[in-house]
Amino acid sequence: MAGKRPPKKTTSATAAPAPTAPAKATPAKAAKAAPAKAAPTKTSPTAKPAKAASAAKPTKATASAGGDLTRLSAAELGRLLAAREVSAVEVTQAHLDRIAAVDDRVHAFLYVDAEGALAAARAVDEARARGEQLGPLAGVPVAVKDILTTKGIPTTCASKILEGWRPPYDATVVTRLREAGLVMLGKTNLDEFAMGSSTEYSAFGPTYNPWDLTRIPGGSGGGSAAALAAYETPLAIGTDTGGSIRQPGAVTGTVGAKPTYGGTSRYGLVAFSSSLDTPGPCARTVEDAALLHAIIAGHDPRDSTSIPAPVPDVVGAARLGATGDLSGVRLGLVAQFGGEGAEPGVMAAFREGVEALVKLGAEVVEVSCPHFEYALPAYYLIAPSECSSNLARFDGVRYGLRVGDDGQRSLEEVMSLTREAGFGPEVKRRIMIGTYALSSGYYDAYYGQAQKVRTLVARDFAAAFEKADVLVSPTTPFVAFPLGSRTSDPYQMYLADLYTIPVNLYGGPAISVPCGLSDGLPVGFQIMAPTMADDRMYRVAAALETVIPPLTPPEL
Amino acid sequence: MAAITREEVAHLARLARLAVTDDELDRFAEQLDVILQAVARVGEVAAADIPPTSHSVPLTNVFREDVVVPGLDREEALAGAPDAAEHRFRVPRILDEEA
Repeated sequence: MAGKRPPKKTTSATAAPAPTAPAKATPAKAAKAAPAKAAPTKTSPTAKPAKAASAAKPTKATASAGGDLTRLSAAELGRLLAAREVSAVEVTQAHLDRIAAVDDRVHAFLYVDAEGALAAARAVDEARARGEQLGPLAGVPVAVKDILTTKGIPTTCASKILEGWRPPYDATVVTRLREAGLVMLGKTNLDEFAMGSSTEYSAFGPTYNPWDLTRIPGGSGGGSAAALAAYETPLAIGTDTGGSIRQPGAVTGTVGAKPTYGGTSRYGLVAFSSSLDTPGPCARTVEDAALLHAIIAGHDPRDSTSIPAPVPDVVGAARLGATGDLSGVRLGLVAQFGGEGAEPGVMAAFREGVEALVKLGAEVVEVSCPHFEYALPAYYLIAPSECSSNLARFDGVRYGLRVGDDGQRSLEEVMSLTREAGFGPEVKRRIMIGTYALSSGYYDAYYGQAQKVRTLVARDFAAAFEKADVLVSPTTPFVAFPLGSRTSDPYQMYLADLYTIPVNLYGGPAISVPCGLSDGLPVGFQIMAPTMADDRMYRVAAALETVIPPLTPPEL
Repeated sequence: MAAITREEVAHLARLARLAVTDDELDRFAEQLDVILQAVARVGEVAAADIPPTSHSVPLTNVFREDVVVPGLDREEALAGAPDAAEHRFRVPRILDEEA
């Protein structure tokens, strides 16, 4: 298997909806066509990284007069759009141009909906011209992980079994994005059905880390994270079952937040592990993640595990944190996360992050979570068990692929041939592990026992949160690893999730924020909070952002 | 000792409706063995009297008003099907010829 996916240039010809990257010719034309009264925004995809850094806090002048719109935060874009200094069409076109310029190397997108995006942008511009009250991110582009259904737009889950499928409805998260006026650029790559930690298990070829194109962008949401790091989008949606938002965020130097389980709707999220799957925001800044979080979160009657309670004030918390004062905030250091198995550079960056927070007034307490060491094995029983049940729906009957239906073969034979041809190796492994763990005779020792461990992990969290307001750790034990280096040993891949998994079993929220470099590659700092206290993690994350210099990847 | 044999993997594949190849059986047997031995560590935890958690949300029965809301129409529901006939999903035969 190791040799199966050479870390070469992407050859995604197999992806039927091969990125419909906008033609090279469009930029100038579209910019002209844009009904913009603002100065023409020259988008220069070749801008130097130094420029990007200075664009982080642009003056109005730099942003509207020749600044690169793709380097701005979503909050900044929102302000420029509200002030009508740029149009949504210009902002959208700038990002489509950027995708056209770099995505053949990054392969963050499985599908680019240039036409739909421009139409949505035009609608926002028209609404604004009519004087309608729009939300803070109206007209800002967003990319969506290709495991959330999008009406009429291909949704593959990066699996051949769903290649070409166009869902008949939008996921609730997607509906909320549209209602808030965000412009969906397209669908991003992932490990097949979100099972993986490197995006190498995508059936349509891996995504490449913009920091180093020979390395993985994390997974499963590597496409969303890489698209952010490559300035192809200012915002993206991910889903986190065992770290699939946070770990890609960590290794790409971006921000990724897993909301409280049940805080965001799973309706239209193609199910992998239903008791764990959680959609959430991905961004380049903490404030942007909070703004996106506020838009997608909240009770949804279509999801029976959606929590019927108000969304914590994550935006307010992020702004409070940005003042740089953490007086009285207790950071819990987990004794069991002492760094065994983690790269020294990762631990060093993490410790610097803790020290920086202490300087802002936070105090450190040590907490003991004795069952965390069993969280990873418990997760790799629970998630595959739920997956084996959930993926039974891919039977070649209602959607997607059907193989071997020659009029002679039975339904069962056709089903087995379809699933064999449609699923990749990691999905098959997990289906079989789950089938095993749920079999009579093994159920008590595996699945049943894993569920009890889950109870104990949750109790560890409850006890820890009596002493600490948040728990902190590195997001992942190692920086982005080279493509192909862990695919031959599946369990080595699972270890990437060591620090992210416990909070999934508990159900609480967690965020990963950039925390410096190790060997020139980004390190993520994870902040975990109690269930429905998502605001706490945003406060600490935003405070950390004020003291850790922003990470800018090398120019592509 | 191996946690799982090649024959057991073949049985699992049949249960899971995966027509795996011989090559895959060899590879999966080896890989599943490594994974199952690793995850079997959950057995080290003394948890006899610990209740299982299936879910982190403390909701039990979720009710809604019994009102009619629009759903997918027949065409939309069938649009993604690999095969359809007479407004239904068409499937291969379910029973054996002799049955």
